[in-house]
Amino acid sequence: MSDGALLIAPVLIPLIGAAVAMLLRNRPDAARITGGVAIAVMTVASMLLLSRVVGTGVLPVMRFGGWPAGFAVSFVGDTLAALLTLVTGLVGTAAALFAHADVRARRRRAGFDAMLLALLGSVNGAFLTGDLFNLYVWFELALVAALSLITIDRARAAIDGAIRYATLSIAGASLILLGVGLVYGSTGTLDLATLGAILGDQPPVPATAVAGALMLAGFGLKAGLVPFHSWLTASYHSAPIAVSAVLAGLLTKMGFYALMRVMVAVYGIGAEGSGGAMYEPMLATIAILTMVGCALAALGQTDMRRILAWHVIAQVGYMAMGLAVATRAGLIAAIFYMVHSMLVQANLFLGAGVIHRATGSWGLRRAGGTMRTNPSFALLFAVPVLSLAGIPPLSGFWAKITVIRAGLGDGALMLVLAAFGAAMLTIVSMAAFWSEALWKAPPRGHRTRPVPAAMLWGMAVLSVGTVAISLQPHRLLALAQLSASALTMNVGGAR
Amino acid sequence: MILLYALVGAGVVGCALHMMLSRNLVRLLLGVSLLSTGVNILLFVAGGMGNRQPPLIRAGETQLGDSADPLTQALILTAIVIGFALTVVFAAFVLRAWRTERTVDGRAVDAAERLGLPRQEDDA
Repeated sequence: MSDGALLIAPVLIPLIGAAVAMLLRNRPDAARITGGVAIAVMTVASMLLLSRVVGTGVLPVMRFGGWPAGFAVSFVGDTLAALLTLVTGLVGTAAALFAHADVRARRRRAGFDAMLLALLGSVNGAFLTGDLFNLYVWFELALVAALSLITIDRARAAIDGAIRYATLSIAGASLILLGVGLVYGSTGTLDLATLGAILGDQPPVPATAVAGALMLAGFGLKAGLVPFHSWLTASYHSAPIAVSAVLAGLLTKMGFYALMRVMVAVYGIGAEGSGGAMYEPMLATIAILTMVGCALAALGQTDMRRILAWHVIAQVGYMAMGLAVATRAGLIAAIFYMVHSMLVQANLFLGAGVIHRATGSWGLRRAGGTMRTNPSFALLFAVPVLSLAGIPPLSGFWAKITVIRAGLGDGALMLVLAAFGAAMLTIVSMAAFWSEALWKAPPRGHRTRPVPAAMLWGMAVLSVGTVAISLQPHRLLALAQLSASALTMNVGGAR
Repeated sequence: MILLYALVGAGVVGCALHMMLSRNLVRLLLGVSLLSTGVNILLFVAGGMGNRQPPLIRAGETQLGDSADPLTQALILTAIVIGFALTVVFAAFVLRAWRTERTVDGRAVDAAERLGLPRQEDDA
């Protein structure tokens, strides 16, 4: 396959699949097969893309429509984008396997497969695009797909959650759009590489400074950072669990990716550029509030989905800490954390779905006993639980240690203390989760039901991924280093 | 001229935010729709209304007469389409909420809020 075809394959394949699945949705089996095939092909294409990028360095930029650089919508295949599309493929594969047992014909007739593929395609589009406005478009596409997936049952709670999610998310997108407009007005281009060369190493003028703050708020909202987090905890627990898993694994990380792309590749944070120095204290405050506040809030919940939703945000706080440290080591840590977190968060939600299937309850108090009745599930679920808690040698330990080392290297004491505090709270929360949902005997009169094998296969995909990172962290670290170099490549190029 | 447009855009966004803070879901819907309109006006101003070297150039000339930047207009066109799509999706949610709850008062549409609250599961 040519470089150009390989570069757009992770976006084009799921979008074509979505169109086909939409046409076939009245035949649920055909739609399911379309979804499975499209996700599998997409994942293979992402693997090829990553191996090509690692083998040859950055692929030639793909510009659509034959416009010159700076005007054309471009796709950039660097290590970071390729790596994240591969992780998206893994999360999509796991969700599709899980959905085999969880999503019935009624949901498939409502367009589950088409919307899942559209969501995966738009997430990949956001990862691969090299154009600021195009980035905004992918976010809106992902929002529509996510809202459709949340409300696929038309349940009362889901409609309520979707209204809250949509309101805040549209407000956030408007902030992003305003920022994009201001950046274009003062620089005359939307190409991220060109913007980095122009804005990266000089103090911003008022217009670009305001644009940066608007995009920090807008992408921060999409990433679920405090104080823009309330949409996430208001909606994720109301969606079908396979959907929650995909959203938890992909959407907040997509928001953080965009925040990182803009802050690093355009404003030069962590790339020895001075364009974004004023945002660093803001990012540090946001990171501390997010890590500690959300880890605390998780302790107050008893519904498994609500606990996990709070942890999704708390984990984004660690990534924001890597960005706030604003050194190369911090960037590498944030990228490592992002990959680890995508696999683990999706897996945790799938595990909660299995516990619900076995015990009939989302609440911790009425669950229990799944460890004895289903040891293979307990083994698969132990991987993300221990990894989230940061127990060595699992991937969460390596992720936290790289972030904290980056913080120590920069002398950011408050951030490091907050990270330690949040890590302790996470261990407490996960210990309570494990002992309530798996360890304790089931409440009297409750029988645990058998769990379909497809659900466990879905979890196995993600658990194997996490174990692979745990055993070979230096490989992911090497990829993260390449990614950080690719991110900072164009900053200050106009010097 | 630019100042006038900027003030109009800011006014529209202000009205939109005011409406989005309302408890009435229909006002919320109108506010969401108005917000994208206001942002489009500001985008139009930010892109510059004067002449700038456009990407469309005839052979032998350096610019396309006295025209505004066409790229901004392309961006706004895209943003209008996206804003319309989101408004339609949002309207579908509000309609659904009205059909199930028989009210458009945001306080009464709280099924997700009540779902899985701590200490409520014992009653369930």
